[in-house]
Amino acid sequence: MKKKEKVKTLILLLLVAVLMGAPFFWMVTLSLTPNNELFSTSQGLFPKEITFDHYQDALTTGGFGRYFVNSLIVSLLSMGLNVVFCSLAGYAFARLSFPFKNFFFLLLLSTMMIPVQVTLVPTFLIAKSFPLVGGNNLLGQGGTGLLNTYAGLIIPHVMNAFGVFIMRQYYMQFPKELSEAARIDGASEAGIFLKIFLPLGKPCIASLAIFTFTQAWDDFLWPLVVTSTNEMRTLQLGLEVFKNRYTADWGPLMSATTLSIIPVVIIFIMFQKYFTDTALTSGIK
Amino acid sequence: MKRRIAITAFVFIAPVIIYNIIFRISPIFISLYLSLTEYSGFKSPTFIGFSNYLRIFSDTDFWGAVLRTLQFSLEVVPLNIILSLLMAILVNKTIRGIKVFRAIYYLPVITPMVAASMIWLWLYDPQIGAFNSILNFFNLPTTYFLQDTSTALHSIAGMRIWRGVGWNMLIYLAGLQGISQNYYEAASIDGAGKTRCFFSITLPLLRPVHLYVLVVGMIQTLQTFTEVYVMTNGGPLESTTTVGLLVYRLAFDYMDMGYASAMSFILGIIIMLLSIISFTWRHTKEAVV
Repeated sequence: MKKKEKVKTLILLLLVAVLMGAPFFWMVTLSLTPNNELFSTSQGLFPKEITFDHYQDALTTGGFGRYFVNSLIVSLLSMGLNVVFCSLAGYAFARLSFPFKNFFFLLLLSTMMIPVQVTLVPTFLIAKSFPLVGGNNLLGQGGTGLLNTYAGLIIPHVMNAFGVFIMRQYYMQFPKELSEAARIDGASEAGIFLKIFLPLGKPCIASLAIFTFTQAWDDFLWPLVVTSTNEMRTLQLGLEVFKNRYTADWGPLMSATTLSIIPVVIIFIMFQKYFTDTALTSGIK
Repeated sequence: MKRRIAITAFVFIAPVIIYNIIFRISPIFISLYLSLTEYSGFKSPTFIGFSNYLRIFSDTDFWGAVLRTLQFSLEVVPLNIILSLLMAILVNKTIRGIKVFRAIYYLPVITPMVAASMIWLWLYDPQIGAFNSILNFFNLPTTYFLQDTSTALHSIAGMRIWRGVGWNMLIYLAGLQGISQNYYEAASIDGAGKTRCFFSITLPLLRPVHLYVLVVGMIQTLQTFTEVYVMTNGGPLESTTTVGLLVYRLAFDYMDMGYASAMSFILGIIIMLLSIISFTWRHTKEAVV
């Protein structure tokens, strides 16, 4: 590339970066600006003074810690369950032959097309009338079932068809001989998966983990429907509560928002390579 | 041997299949059944045939929400596509630090929707928000953004575009990197300029990607709920009430679950049709199994 063109590209790149990044910059700035500066009209780009009062405010009032822990529990559990079950199923669909394989795979793929609004009310009813929990009898009557419990919060996130899909795509790339050689050596089917393919699948499992974690962390509609007490709220719901409590009190609100983004940003930075690679291959294949 | 493999396979796929039958497939039928009933969520549903669908037919709230949701999709999706394609071309370079730029452009995508909505609530704040401060600085007239019926929906669309372009950029980037450089070399030998190359090579060769981002974008925006709930809750004067929000309110605020199911079913059919289009495209090249 010629030098002049390179400079032009760099300027454009920086300009777009400012446009995309500015909202984050303001979020962090606001969370650190003292109130008397926040509401003065002469406020510049940077605060003259930095304060952590807003973070203290956000962390100590209204159960923010509880929301955060709830979100962490829900996201980590759904991540763990997805990693186990999606890699098992993805492996089976990619490398084992069995009757009705195409039928089951299409059945699974078809679940990816169902919009959330269609499953919302039925899933709520299933959670509510889940048998033998939350005061329900065997027929699922009499109690609240899984409503307002961790199990209820996790229900829609347990086994993602998309997760099975990306694991299958990944496992398909390895040569057939790999499994056959192991079988000739007398390895059991479970052993082949555990000793050979589980370690091989690590990069894809990493991106599956990130994907399912962020999806559960990001969810708003389902927690809104399934929880009814403050103790069970997740962070996204908690932020909404904060918004209504701190109307126009942007300091604590923005510090809570910043804290809600930090976990996904950390995970993203740690696994960025896997994440973008999988996004590329699964999105386009 | 063959049997042993098949048994292993069934054990491996059983949890996923059973789970998806209970929590993904059966809800379709439950929803279809509920849509033919009157159901408050407390007493057992009463069968009322197609009354809910007839009611939808003359429900101006529903059709208003449908038009609004479509308008939202048609604002967000095309702009998103154009901007993300331009961004993909911009980051499809080998400059040092290009990965950092890609990451910054992608950051809004991983930001939770509620957090993104909070940030933009402030940006749009009429008194101290950034946008009005900037307008003030240049002595331009300020506006009320989310508090004005004529601008609220566009304002939410603006946030949505910011949050979504990074994802499409990544997909376009993959598409661009799949185009062989030979095409461009041959074209430049024939004397084609940069603009000509873009319109005659890049754009047509990316056609599958255009279709994919278009359909997926439509599917996602038609389900819009969270950002509307958080930023305006449908207001002012219902000017931002989407179908997603309407279904939620009917089902869980007014406990009119039968009617809400009928509505969601209509939305669902539209979305499923779009999904089938995108799916058949995605799997025409590679056989499914």
